[in-house]
Amino acid sequence: MENLFKKRQNRLHLFENFRHTNIENNQPKEIPDYVFKNCEHCGESIPYMELQRTYYVCPRCGHHLKISARERIRQLIDDGSFHEHDALVESKNEEHFAGYDEKLEKAKQATGMHEAVICGHGLIKGFPLAIAVMDSRFMMGSMGHVVGDKITRLIEWADKHSLPLLISCTSGGARMQEGILSLMQMAKTSAALKRFSDHGNFYISLLTHPTTGGVSASFAMLGDVILAEPDALVGFAGRRVIEKTVNEVLPPQFQHAEFVMEKGFIDRIVERKDLKRTIADLILLHGGKRI
Amino acid sequence: MSLLEKEGQLEDLQKQLELCEDPVKKMQLEMQIQDLSMKMYHDLDAWDRVYLARHPHRPKAQDYLQSLFHTFYEMHGDRHYGDDRSIIGGIAMFEQTPVTVIAQAKGKDLQENLIRNFGMPNPEGYRKALRLAKEAEKFHRPIITFVDTSGAYPGKGAEERGQAEAIAQCLFTFSNLKTPIICIVLSEGGSGGALAFSVGDRLIMLENAIYSILSPEGFASILWKDGSRAKEAAEVMKLTAADLKDKEIIDAIIREPLGGAQNDLEAVCDRLRDAIRSALADLTKTKMNQLLKNRYEKYRKIGVI
Repeated sequence: MENLFKKRQNRLHLFENFRHTNIENNQPKEIPDYVFKNCEHCGESIPYMELQRTYYVCPRCGHHLKISARERIRQLIDDGSFHEHDALVESKNEEHFAGYDEKLEKAKQATGMHEAVICGHGLIKGFPLAIAVMDSRFMMGSMGHVVGDKITRLIEWADKHSLPLLISCTSGGARMQEGILSLMQMAKTSAALKRFSDHGNFYISLLTHPTTGGVSASFAMLGDVILAEPDALVGFAGRRVIEKTVNEVLPPQFQHAEFVMEKGFIDRIVERKDLKRTIADLILLHGGKRI
Repeated sequence: MSLLEKEGQLEDLQKQLELCEDPVKKMQLEMQIQDLSMKMYHDLDAWDRVYLARHPHRPKAQDYLQSLFHTFYEMHGDRHYGDDRSIIGGIAMFEQTPVTVIAQAKGKDLQENLIRNFGMPNPEGYRKALRLAKEAEKFHRPIITFVDTSGAYPGKGAEERGQAEAIAQCLFTFSNLKTPIICIVLSEGGSGGALAFSVGDRLIMLENAIYSILSPEGFASILWKDGSRAKEAAEVMKLTAADLKDKEIIDAIIREPLGGAQNDLEAVCDRLRDAIRSALADLTKTKMNQLLKNRYEKYRKIGVI
């Protein structure tokens, strides 16, 4: 009897807390009218049709091109299984910081997104998981209070449902325009992850190009398993700042994923085509169950 | 006129006063000095606070440690790599209570600053703090942290040894450490480097301290690509103690004497002692579960959508 009541309570809670919206259309939005894209690394022009097939990896040089959050979800999550959380939440310029409104508007226009992160849950090869994907096209993926709170809410949701969590990180760091509010999101997300971890839940952090600043110094570096894409930039301080501080030119490989792995801070570097399988296997190895 | 220029003016008057022998003139000068110092420290703007927070004579963590605690034993090293001298950590008595103290320490002169890396910690500093904090948890000893840094050190070695990971671990661990934590911002609190030491049950700031997402110089250079607009940045950043109290980021402000803590260190320490004593009494009374819940909520409520 008590159990019955609890179930109902949980269900009600779901409605209260999670304004998730089904996004049926997981197709990438960035395909423009023209049909070729140049590789940022080798300059090869590649037809979009082919890029979609190669997971946006250059077929000539293997460079991993930047992809949108939607495309990442399309690549990782089983078709039609993604449910988005807090989809319509937008940042407000509460401090009336000059120029912030315009920047937000521009980012929204350019990306068709409301903020720099998409949160939700879905299946990966049949394993249920909670997933947050950041998008570097939206103000460099910077973390303001909406990004911080959306991620915290997702962590708490995954905690409550004892689901594995994946955060695909890409960010320039904390969002300057929101000042101290933005800095505090580092503490908030980390505290939520601590609870999540203490309850025995599994968190995979995926570092994609670039993961720096306040995001690297909080949830990005707190994964039970930390994966990275090849050649992704991973670090705390910016290259220019370091070069100015130590007064020397840094080696070209400095702060690249391979370099950071060699220093002992990344578990594995995984090519994009292998990501889905790797994550599903890791969930299996951590006692995950398919539904 | 900036505070620096006004302080120069004040010094001139004081010099004149020392040399002056005529009693009438002397009195006039004294009046002038009093008048000027009353006026100049009134209505300080954000940039003045930045100036005061970085004042060369401003007391450092070392001074506060000496005054606030007795039987202090410094503990060195992170047990992994080295001993970061920009962090002073150890165990001490606060009145009748043993506490663990972890402080970011700038040097008092260039020589000491070279040893202390101008108060900018490397990863081993954060890891030293972490291992001391865990020791404190084991022996149910409250922790008092002192924040005074322009930021984590942006060096080559710091990156190689995982600056980001070290800071993240501090946020992660302190958020759920089973012992009371009191954080006190002494002068400058910049970016993740300061945040790593400010996850606790109470966040207290001295009146002329500043606390922000980045130094005003860094902020201006990132947003406006012009580091020289730091003064302008300071005004919009809301980095003063009063601003942060308004936004409920901090819990209390410790009043400073006119012109800054350097003018009467003991008075500031007395107020700090009172604040620590009452916070400790409060926190040790609270049940551990409740304490941790409150701590979680303290950060959870910042910037809720």
